[in-house]
Amino acid sequence: MTLELRGITKQFPGVLANDNVNLSVSEGEIVALLGENGAGKTTLMNILYGLYTPTAGEILVDGEPRVFTSPGDAIDAGIGMVHQHFMLIPVFTVAENVALGFEPLKFLSWIDTKKARETVTDISSRYGLEVDPDAMTEDLPVGIQQRVEIIKVLSREARFIVFDEPTSVLTPPEVDSFFDIVNGLRADGKGIIFISHKLSEALEVADRIVIMRRGKTVAEVKPEDVDEAKLAELMVGRPVDLVVDKAPAQPKDVVLSVNELVVLDDRNHRSVDGLSLEVRAGEIVGIAGVQGNGQTELVESITGIRPSLAGLVHLAGEDITTRSPRAIHNRDVAHVPEDRQKRGLVLPFTVTENLVLDSYHQPPISRWILMDWDAARDRAVRLVEEYDVRTPSIEVEVSTLSGGNQQKVIVAREFDRPVQLVIGAQPTRGIDVGSIEYIHSRIVEKRDAGAAVLIISSELEEIKALSDRILVMRGGKIVAEFDPSASVADIGLAMLGSEAETVAS
Amino acid sequence: MTAVADSNEMVIKTRATPEEKRATFIGLVLIALAAFTLWAFGLGVEPGSESTFKLSLPQARFEDLSWTVDSRTVALITALVLGFLGGFVLRRSHLKRTNLALSAGLVLFSFAFLTWAAVDGSFSLVGMLKSTVVLSVPVILGGLAGLMCERVAVINIAIEGQLLTSAFVGVIVGSSAGIWVALIAAMATGAILGAVLAVLSIKYRIDQIIAGVVINIFALGLTSFLSRRVLTEAPGLNSPGRFSSIKIPLLGDIPVIGPMFFDHSMFVYITFILVIMLHLGLFYTRWGLRSRSVGEHPKAADTVGINVYRTRYRNVILGGVIAGFGGAFLTLAQVSRFEDNMTAGIGYIGLAALIFGRWRPLGVLGAGLVFGFARALQQKLGILGTPIPSEFLSMTPYIVTLIVVAGVVGRARPPAADGQPYIKD
Repeated sequence: MTLELRGITKQFPGVLANDNVNLSVSEGEIVALLGENGAGKTTLMNILYGLYTPTAGEILVDGEPRVFTSPGDAIDAGIGMVHQHFMLIPVFTVAENVALGFEPLKFLSWIDTKKARETVTDISSRYGLEVDPDAMTEDLPVGIQQRVEIIKVLSREARFIVFDEPTSVLTPPEVDSFFDIVNGLRADGKGIIFISHKLSEALEVADRIVIMRRGKTVAEVKPEDVDEAKLAELMVGRPVDLVVDKAPAQPKDVVLSVNELVVLDDRNHRSVDGLSLEVRAGEIVGIAGVQGNGQTELVESITGIRPSLAGLVHLAGEDITTRSPRAIHNRDVAHVPEDRQKRGLVLPFTVTENLVLDSYHQPPISRWILMDWDAARDRAVRLVEEYDVRTPSIEVEVSTLSGGNQQKVIVAREFDRPVQLVIGAQPTRGIDVGSIEYIHSRIVEKRDAGAAVLIISSELEEIKALSDRILVMRGGKIVAEFDPSASVADIGLAMLGSEAETVAS
Repeated sequence: MTAVADSNEMVIKTRATPEEKRATFIGLVLIALAAFTLWAFGLGVEPGSESTFKLSLPQARFEDLSWTVDSRTVALITALVLGFLGGFVLRRSHLKRTNLALSAGLVLFSFAFLTWAAVDGSFSLVGMLKSTVVLSVPVILGGLAGLMCERVAVINIAIEGQLLTSAFVGVIVGSSAGIWVALIAAMATGAILGAVLAVLSIKYRIDQIIAGVVINIFALGLTSFLSRRVLTEAPGLNSPGRFSSIKIPLLGDIPVIGPMFFDHSMFVYITFILVIMLHLGLFYTRWGLRSRSVGEHPKAADTVGINVYRTRYRNVILGGVIAGFGGAFLTLAQVSRFEDNMTAGIGYIGLAALIFGRWRPLGVLGAGLVFGFARALQQKLGILGTPIPSEFLSMTPYIVTLIVVAGVVGRARPPAADGQPYIKD
């Protein structure tokens, strides 16, 4: 009983995403597919799941070639997928989400809701995946939503299950309990493909590790034969050093002070709920926390994008609570937003246009109502050079750049002036190792120049490497403070809080 | 460092949530209505004036039911209750009850207004309620047509054009081949226009608003041209038969309720049945679950093997059929002739009913009845000869639409993918 991908090639316009890739998994086996963001892992899995058609190559199930033109075909062949971004309808109940596409019927088109609920409770008791079938999906924490996805896959009687970056949204204790689930599935005879860019996880859980780089499978190793450093080298193609090089912090005056801040999210929930914190000049404060605990709203509120309901934000002693984003920007605040494609950049604009987004309205970039494009281009040429943005020209659309270079465009724009406060939300999400190293060093440089730095990241490793002080955010509040030398387990437990016992059991 | 250091002692100012702001606004509106009621309908009326409401139609089984009230007393009581409701809402202690208080207030205000309009005279209340139901039918059908489309994330602005064109086709076919064939032809016309919208917005991914507006302009131009060229030349083509009223035995004889709900053409009954069927269908069947998933998160639907495009095509075309049915109602039941631009924005009001009704069939029904009431009010007041200029009266339904859509009634969440084309990589 095997699933095999043989010689898969996928050509997108201008990009060869997969180049003659081979991968196989047997029942009762866990294969880790390891690679950097952009190495072609997700493309490969979308081909396996019938979402993309390969340019060349074939998929064999139990030795027989199969053609998947839609996910329905893949599901029929016994393949299930837990996507990185969950494929759940937020306004459906758990039972509805599990039933969708395979609804048990009473008569005609009438859904047998009782049976749909029973399917959920049956599978959850069989595999120890506790979840309430009547809960509204959007109200569930991410860890539980992932269980719903797993139940969904199991209810289709999948024999092979693909997990695409399953741990990126989980806290360390949730990751442990997730590994228990995966091991249980293996014991039950399922074949599992585990996609990740985290070395330690691949080493911990996999029977075999396949490494992809730039669309190719470059190595296949057994976890007992390698260590993290070796894996990193295979993944990146050169030896890497992920430790951020920095001197001890020299904290001075308080620059950012947030006091009892309350912010509503789009659904009018108090996602920031009476939060207070301080960041001093010359220190990097990292906020750790599971996504969706109010980090996004906190950053949006400090930078003036989202109004707050109560509380105060002070910048160097001045009340900026109700100031506009531009007014805050003009007070020497650099903001690297969470979603570079939505907030940080205008994708159809050129590199030049994006680099003057914050200064187009004032000399020397514009005079009166006219843009001075020569001045804008001069600035762009200088910044592209200075910040190592790899782009064919300053006149190409920023959307054609890689994630890492897009992020460098934002950093260049925001950092190209003396700043007193840096706010970096997920500053290195989804970019290559080289760019991560570069952006980290630029952030440390700003700190050493006397700026206060607030970093928010869902990658605990990044928070630990970069911060001088770690705050843990949960339920819209700061619940704990750690020294960067604290253990991952301790910080993880604080991130999860009262849920720790339920998940650990 | 100065103000920040002793921050714990600072008074933390609280800003109002959107819901609280809304409650304040609605509370003030209710109090303003109370003041207006007191001033215009209470003090503006001679003491001792009486208003009479007729509760039966001329040929009813129970003769001459009517109800006479003291005009001034009604206004004073209404003003009192409105003021109380306003105060209740302003306290902001029960934010969830804001809408209930607003609805109750508006119903009371309408009643006080009618009492004032009928001062020293009589007003056929049952007649107005009956027209409310009749006039709400095309609005409800338009809203349901929109619902079918928007639940699968296609915005249908073209309801107006679908109603108008199918009304026109209904007249022509009805005059030559009979009303049953005309009904089918009208529904087919709606389906064809639905298919056009579907192809433009699903296959060619044209902006759905623009595609819909284009269909509307095309429908208006084509029907006006043909009606002048064909219907004026051959008036015989503009006189189809009519679906007559079917009075339901027993139920139709109940005072007030009977004429209001159980003495209509089959269009009215089918509309009500359709509302219930769509409600059950949407929330209890496989078809509904799949349709909603396509409107909320098409990619997720795709990953469980649901054909997003096919679902969208089917529902948008079915929406067209419902609009076609509504168009047929206009020329085969409500009146039996076609006039240029006879829909006069009913399709758009249907769209407003969809939003007001929060994308739910029962909501569309309620919203449709509110709009029907506004239109019936406008007609009856015109007959009654109130001092309000008729131009203002004819604005009533549109003003109600404007207020409703502007969000005074609160904002609901549309289907998450509404209006977005689905691009399969």
